Amino acid sequence: MNWTEILLTTLTAFLAGTISSMGMGGGGILLLYLTAFAGVAQLKAQTINLIFFMPIAVIALIMHTKNKLVNWKVVLWVTLFGYLGVFLGYQAAVFVGEDMLRKLFAVFLLLIGVKELFFKDKSEKKEPVKIHPAPEGEENLEKIHQEENGLD
Amino acid sequence: MAEKKKKSITTSLIGVAIGFLNGIFGSGGGMVAVPFLKASGLEAKKAHATSIAVIFFLSIFSLWLYMGKTQLQFTEWIYYIPGGVAGGILGAWLLPRIPQKLLRRIFGALIIFSAVRLLMR
Repeated sequence: MNWTEILLTTLTAFLAGTISSMGMGGGGILLLYLTAFAGVAQLKAQTINLIFFMPIAVIALIMHTKNKLVNWKVVLWVTLFGYLGVFLGYQAAVFVGEDMLRKLFAVFLLLIGVKELFFKDKSEKKEPVKIHPAPEGEENLEKIHQEENGLD
Repeated sequence: MAEKKKKSITTSLIGVAIGFLNGIFGSGGGMVAVPFLKASGLEAKKAHATSIAVIFFLSIFSLWLYMGKTQLQFTEWIYYIPGGVAGGILGAWLLPRIPQKLLRRIFGALIIFSAVRLLMR
């Protein structure tokens, strides 16, 4: 790897890391770079992407937990059932092959992107009007507890 | 009670769907988890942060499965880690400070851009 490649790799990783830790799908960016520019095969690129996400997720989770942004009750429930999905998804990935896998991913991204850009989100309307501004990053504990209970 | 049961079933199905996408794409789980979590009642910033936790635990299992299928050298991934970690710190710092509406617009635009690039290949 020469210096230009190292610089490009670091910049892409930085951008993907920033977006990943905001829960905005930075993985898509790294995957694109790996497959379109670095010439890595789809399955290998997906493996690198998974490794890449680990340290970022740990850092992000420490910070988000400190800011009381993670609902651990939801995490536990969704993850438990998610493991079944991971197993099925992996089998599907191996079954459809690399080329079809890439196309499926692209179509899926399009659908999500269009929804995010062009459809109104109910939670936007509910954005709280802050009467007493709280210190940065802090959330109203009572509201969090209500939300957690509501998601039982 | 019926409402509670319905919510539990929905959350379970969401879990399977997010897991499926994490397993099939090794990515994209976050993009999917966020709208799902928002639909289940979490506000945007919490949905984004919570999705990272979900994807993290699912990714450990996905990675284990993928490692059995692909041969990967240390040098093939290590160069991405320093930049990624630095970006990760910046992103985690930014999330509570960025307006929700802007967050959605950036998110949507990024996804469409990525999808078009992928389809054009």
